[in-house]
Amino acid sequence: MSDNTILDEHINSEYKWGFTTDVETDTFPKGLNEDVVRALSAKKQEPEWLLEFRLKAFRHWLTMNEPNHWAHIPYPKIDFQDISYYSAPKKKPTLKSLDEVDPELIKTFEKLGISLEEQKRLTGVESNIAVDAVFDSVSVKTTFRETLAEKGIIFCSFSEAVLEHPELVKKFMGTVVPYTDNYYAALNSAVFSDGSFCYIPKGVRCPMELSTYFRINSSGTGQFERTLIVADDDAYVSYLEGCTAPKRDENQLHAAIVEIIAHKNAEVKYSTVQNWYPGDKDGKGGIFNFVTKRGICLGDRAKISWTQVETGSAITWKYPSVILKGDNSIGEFYSVAVTNNRQEADTGTKMIHIGKNTRSTIISKGISAGLSNNSYRGLVQVRKGAANARNFSQCDSLLMGDQCGAHTFPYIEIKDKTAIVEHEATTSKIGEDQLFYCRQRGLDTEKAVGLIVNGYCREVLNKLPMEFAVEAQKLLAISLEGSVG
Amino acid sequence: MLTIKNLHAAVDGKEILKGINLTIRPGEIHAIMGPNGSGKSTLSSVLAGREDYEITEGEVIFNGKDLLELETEDRAREGLFLAFQYPIEIPGVSNVNFLKTAINEIRAYHGQDAISPKEFLEKVKEKQKLVELDNKLANRSVNEGFSGGEKKRNEIFQMAMLEPKLAILDETDSGLDIDALRVVAQGVNTLKNKDNAFIVITHYQRLLDYIVPDFVHILYNGRIVQSGGKELALELEKKGYEEIKKQYDAISA
Ligand SMILES: Nc1ncnc2c1ncn2[C@@H]1O[C@H](COP(=O)(O)OP(=O)(O)OP(=O)(O)O)[C@@H](O)[C@H]1O
Ligand SMILES: [Mg+2]
Repeated sequence: MSDNTILDEHINSEYKWGFTTDVETDTFPKGLNEDVVRALSAKKQEPEWLLEFRLKAFRHWLTMNEPNHWAHIPYPKIDFQDISYYSAPKKKPTLKSLDEVDPELIKTFEKLGISLEEQKRLTGVESNIAVDAVFDSVSVKTTFRETLAEKGIIFCSFSEAVLEHPELVKKFMGTVVPYTDNYYAALNSAVFSDGSFCYIPKGVRCPMELSTYFRINSSGTGQFERTLIVADDDAYVSYLEGCTAPKRDENQLHAAIVEIIAHKNAEVKYSTVQNWYPGDKDGKGGIFNFVTKRGICLGDRAKISWTQVETGSAITWKYPSVILKGDNSIGEFYSVAVTNNRQEADTGTKMIHIGKNTRSTIISKGISAGLSNNSYRGLVQVRKGAANARNFSQCDSLLMGDQCGAHTFPYIEIKDKTAIVEHEATTSKIGEDQLFYCRQRGLDTEKAVGLIVNGYCREVLNKLPMEFAVEAQKLLAISLEGSVG
Repeated sequence: MLTIKNLHAAVDGKEILKGINLTIRPGEIHAIMGPNGSGKSTLSSVLAGREDYEITEGEVIFNGKDLLELETEDRAREGLFLAFQYPIEIPGVSNVNFLKTAINEIRAYHGQDAISPKEFLEKVKEKQKLVELDNKLANRSVNEGFSGGEKKRNEIFQMAMLEPKLAILDETDSGLDIDALRVVAQGVNTLKNKDNAFIVITHYQRLLDYIVPDFVHILYNGRIVQSGGKELALELEKKGYEEIKKQYDAISA
């Protein structure tokens, strides 16, 4: 095969999740003002307190300026009046059984490898996953709810949680990410549509992986979901998040909030495979992924770990963070971020050490190809009194080709002398020697790149649940197709 | 099996191979010797398809196919194997996973189904025993943190797993202790049959006590300047390259 055909093939290799689904939707006209916020709240039959929360957030948002501290990334200014803030499949959002779900939706999720039928297993792998499927602004179906309920676990859409467990939502929502936190958090707090809610009661180990699958379908809409996970004392849960969107020439905004609260001895593992449409090779279209994810280890010996594999989106700004408040609590961040073509990723974490003997680990693997830019931006903060806090950070960048960029911005703020903070960083190029070696053994360039990159990310991929790891590996290889000529 | 005719290759405009002629038939073992920098590794790299080299003249036919027209991976799939003088590390990729991928790529090229896990495991066990490769090494990342000798042994393990038609061993014996040397030789001798062939590049007669070559060639300054039977290696061991160097430097001067 000549170099040209190789190149052609990859340029033509498509984003495989780029289809659209033809379902009748109930979509708000474009535009944003207080009436829209009220209408949204009314649509969802929300209690007064939530409407108040939204309005406060909205009014605050109006006073804020769009962040421009990543000014080196040129991107079209977002016109917030040109977005519709609610879009839902026409059929009733709250559904009693699968029969009531629009068959087109079931098909859509099946195409994505997600079964809304509880008996079915994901892509043939023996797995045990409860799924909350969110389509545009609403949750379509949450599986295995009854099984989970037997253990006292609540796993449902955010909207349902608001209606059925208002006391829990009210108690925890906005406590980790207040609406004043940042521009997009304020926007989300005003207009969030749906998302997932999860509560694990005291002493319960969640017997299956919980998962939310987000799908943007409609054009001209934004996706503003909210996820709230509360693990009570001694509870454990592993949570997965996946997402895809159709290919469109326009940029679509995704501004989500995820809040995690881990009480004493509780452990929450949150894994993301982010695969929003990245735009085409010239940088046309793609999702702007501006999300705020934060967890708090509220009690002693609590543990929160974020694992993310970021391959999608035109622009990603995302810093899943952990506030280590409880003594001996643990925060972890394992990240693989891949950028190709004209993608931009600025991602990292914040580890805020407040409690004594708190520990955090940061492993970040950035892979850049094409004309993309990939930055790690992370803060390790040790507050006064956080005796014996420890952090270890390892930030590696892998470059493919010589037209992409890799940057590392580690911020370290230490206010306690007993802290030990270690930071290691490496930058390497994918080796010609490695490629040649693999090819000499019969692997073509694509396979070789996939293998080398997967090996490079092994430490992070190992943290993912099995089914996800397999998907993530494939995704990494696909995302980098055509990156080595 | 392999016919090299008047092969010239250059890097950055500098000619390194200056007209190599060599014919290898199935069942044969050829040894190539020659002083440092004479072009031995270059020849093996060119045959394997390394892109740093420009082929300026000549042709290479491998099992009826124009080798130089084939992509590197297709040469491998056609049965050409190179045991690297300096094996490469691939962090995070386990040796067995690497080999499984390689085997399946080669099988797919020949229209065969992927190897069954059972068959693969049995093969791993068998070949591991053959080259006395530690279980731990088989499961570790490809060559990562291996000692020099372990890397070489691993190359032979890979060769045994892939069962090539033509294997080129580029100084596989350098840096090996006596036991490892015996193991490498044992690997080659066990794998050897009437349908495959080996090119063994070495500086030492010692290896050729274990792997007995049918032909010995001396490569000097980009050319094969002398060919003979296994006794040529013995002669060389005694006399060194001085005489040859003098003789051929005079010619090319
Ligand atoms: N990629 C390259 N760029 C520049 N020069 C090269 C390159 N590859 C080989 N050479 C040069 O070509 C000559 C032959 O090198 P080669 O590695 O083939 O020798 P060799 O016979 O294998 O030597 P040794 O016995 O030391 O392994 C040397 O002078 C070397 O410096
Ligand atoms: Mg050499």
